[in-house]
Amino acid sequence: MTKTVNNKAWFFVLPVFAIVAFSAVLPLMTVVNYSVQDTFGNNQFFWNGIGWFQELLDPSSQLGEQFLSSLMRTLLFSFIILLIEVPLGIAVALSMPREGWTVALCLVLMALPLLIPWNVVGTIWQVFARGDIGLLGWVVNRLGIDYNYTGDPLDAWVTIIVMDVWHWTSLVALLCYAGLKSIPDAYYQAARIDGASRWAVFRTIQLPKMRRVLLIAVLLRFMDSFMIYTEPFVLTGGGPGNATTFLSIDLVKLALGQFDLGKAAAMSLVYNLIILAICWVFYTVMTNVDAGRERVEA
Amino acid sequence: MTGTIAVGSSDVKSAARPTAANRALSGPRVSGRVVMMTLYLLFLMLPIYWLVNMSLKTNMEITSGLTLWPRDITFDNYVKIFTDESWYSGYINSLTYVIINTVLSISFALPAAYAFSRYRFLGDKHLFFWLLTNRMAPPAVFALPFFNLYSAIGLFDTPWAVALAHCLFNVPLAVWILEGFMSGVPREIDETAAIDGYSFPHFFVKIFMPLIASGIGVAAFFCFMFSWVELLLARTLTSVTAKPIAATMTRTVSAAGMDWGLLAAAGVLTIVPGALVIWFVRSYIAKGFALGRV
Repeated sequence: MTKTVNNKAWFFVLPVFAIVAFSAVLPLMTVVNYSVQDTFGNNQFFWNGIGWFQELLDPSSQLGEQFLSSLMRTLLFSFIILLIEVPLGIAVALSMPREGWTVALCLVLMALPLLIPWNVVGTIWQVFARGDIGLLGWVVNRLGIDYNYTGDPLDAWVTIIVMDVWHWTSLVALLCYAGLKSIPDAYYQAARIDGASRWAVFRTIQLPKMRRVLLIAVLLRFMDSFMIYTEPFVLTGGGPGNATTFLSIDLVKLALGQFDLGKAAAMSLVYNLIILAICWVFYTVMTNVDAGRERVEA
Repeated sequence: MTGTIAVGSSDVKSAARPTAANRALSGPRVSGRVVMMTLYLLFLMLPIYWLVNMSLKTNMEITSGLTLWPRDITFDNYVKIFTDESWYSGYINSLTYVIINTVLSISFALPAAYAFSRYRFLGDKHLFFWLLTNRMAPPAVFALPFFNLYSAIGLFDTPWAVALAHCLFNVPLAVWILEGFMSGVPREIDETAAIDGYSFPHFFVKIFMPLIASGIGVAAFFCFMFSWVELLLARTLTSVTAKPIAATMTRTVSAAGMDWGLLAAAGVLTIVPGALVIWFVRSYIAKGFALGRV
């Protein structure tokens, strides 16, 4: 669809621009401001230049080491999450019933975890995984496996990952389902006539049609898991030790816990820049896919 | 006559092959799919069941041993929440800022999404990208500056502070979803309406908005959802009078130990609004999660 050039369209966009700028630009300027200053308290600030950034990006300093290890933990977490949730989401989407009242039922039940406040998600799993009063912890312990997510780092990781799979796989599944729904029946009929195997149908019809939504799913999941805060905070509080301290937990601890404004601000900016870089890749790939599709349709 | 019969029988033959192939494809698959789906839904429902189960028990029963269902059902936990003002006001506070936020986000996003879907203008792509980056900004980054900002303008501890703060990620999201739905409406409709003498506001409200009603519903659903589930900003920007339910829940830890039953009941009640909202948009939910772009 060709769009007409009309700069008056800015008037339509202006309210959105104003409200988002109010919420985004002003706070961001505050952060930049803090990141280059130091304080001795009493609201007296002095110029610190790039000192905080140097400390943050220098792995030999205490702050730098802390930052690097939480960054690595966060990346590892995002990676594992994607590795489990994407194939599982595709499998669930393929298992959706085709028609009848079960479709609506499955959709509603699947979407339910997505609408639970994040701290309640943490609470649910905190209770569910406990060895004494939680079903999961109790059953696992009864099976003879020593499981305690508050004491053992590996158990804590497994619990957080299972929790995230529980929480977000439905998002991937719903996206894939939307992609699958857009495939015309004629494609399947053609495949049947050719005697295509189940795998061939998946490889040559379903997967290419899901490519676009999968892209959205992968990037949304990556970014949201990269920003994860509330659920692990409620479940493990970043512990045991620092085993599950992800970047955002670290950041909030610095900013609101210790009120270490300079360090927290520098960390915010670096954190934001990483997300921004990923976001740019996302946007470029998306618009390229869009352009490619328009060219094909034209 | 013989000709038609021959044609008919060959039709039957060619039809028979795909049906057989079809049966071969779907025969074992049906049961596999049902098993997969059942297992997945079971996995989703078990933790929720456990929460509901706990909310109907007394603390005595919860701590004295594992029971798969409540031995003697008690509604005391729910009664306490509905009668204690410090509890139920949490729900009212949460719903207040969520609704303000949804209304604000949608009404701001509608014209902008129209502009993005219909026109090309100076800096449109950069603006769209910049909007999206805000959807992807970690709330943890904004917690402290928001606290400063809203304290400075005197909105701290009001539902407006949280509603405005949530606009940061909900407005871009609403623009994104609505733009997807609007691009699906042919431009000819706009032009025809203009030729028929409709003024633009009249056209937009009377003709265009009903056409994308499902899109508006889905966008509202998403704004509701993301505002409802977010806690970090909501908790940072409130202290007493506008405290969200999610923050109230931390009160269950007291000197006498954890009040598990009450915590579970409060948790169950936070799931209810979401479940109600999903029911209303269930037919559009899949398309909505694909941001209107399928």
